Amino acid sequence: MSTETRYSTPAIVLHWLMALLILAGFPLGLYMVDLPLSPDKLKLYSYHKWIGVTVFLLVAVRLSWRLTHTPPPLPAGIAAWQRRASAVVHGLLYLLMIAIPLSGWLMSSAKGFQTVWFGVLPLPDLIEKDRELGQVLAGVHKALNFSLLALVILHAGAALKHHFIERQPFLQRMGWSRKERT
Amino acid sequence: MNITPWFLLAALAAPAAHAVEYHTVLPKQSTIHFEFRQMGVPVKGGFKRFNTQMAFDPAKPEAARAQVEIDLASIDAGSPEADDESAGKLWFNRSVYPKATFVSSQVRALGNNRYEMRGTLTLKGRSREMTVPVTYAPGKNAATFDGGFVLKRLDFGIGEGVWADVSTVANEVQVRFRIAATGN
Repeated sequence: MSTETRYSTPAIVLHWLMALLILAGFPLGLYMVDLPLSPDKLKLYSYHKWIGVTVFLLVAVRLSWRLTHTPPPLPAGIAAWQRRASAVVHGLLYLLMIAIPLSGWLMSSAKGFQTVWFGVLPLPDLIEKDRELGQVLAGVHKALNFSLLALVILHAGAALKHHFIERQPFLQRMGWSRKERT
Repeated sequence: MNITPWFLLAALAAPAAHAVEYHTVLPKQSTIHFEFRQMGVPVKGGFKRFNTQMAFDPAKPEAARAQVEIDLASIDAGSPEADDESAGKLWFNRSVYPKATFVSSQVRALGNNRYEMRGTLTLKGRSREMTVPVTYAPGKNAATFDGGFVLKRLDFGIGEGVWADVSTVANEVQVRFRIAATGN
């Protein structure tokens, strides 16, 4: 048996690490925006941005890994349209994992707040302070995030459906166990 | 023909012609900016309205004086949210203390067009002695006076209560100003 049914360990680690960061950053973003100005709000904004920068860096690592390593083939018996849909959703997820931190970074610059990773490493401001552009980018950032939410639900839902309803060995593709369960 | 007396007269008159006393401030060319750190992020701001009265004669720097009155409502604290917040009791308490003032007490020449100005800064009802380095640059139309100093906001009770935590908003605020003035 040489056919790999599991993603490579770095791919799995990156997948779950980013999943955790995104699942923390998303509700944090939703919560913090409506808070009245306070030191806690400033802290949460910083944490949110640090998470975003981390995701941005990790997605670069992950994408280069993905482009140089072939993922395990999908189990047999998956319809052609589902294979195509899977490829499209994965492509869009990657696109959003790049576009969302980027839009946040640009929004932050437009609003006049430089992003300083962990309060130590400043990211350059790619655009000048511009209040109106900041508002537009805030809208873009939000829309992209809700698109991501929809795609993540679709992505996780499809994996769960294949695993539990169609009884295809699916979750172990991204799982910790190396054991074959087929 | 003897032109020497005229030449001498011109030479004698020259220093007097250059002894300008700068006392008319040009508000549009004058600025007050500040910068502070918030969660390690540099945030820039400034004041748009302030009134400066000054007199400065490069020949008699020790007689120079300056008085600045800043309208705190003209603040740009980096964002509209911060502008609003700064008016509150924990920050400037602007309804009680709408202005900040600086009144010079002593000016000392350091050479090379650099001066040291001492004076009293009053903010939120608290007064502190400050020493401010100022650089004078004569210009064709107006002279400029550039200076700056680090203000510790907690010395003036700027940002009390929850905001007193300097790990979120730093205590040090770098203030920079440029005053443009003419002798007319």
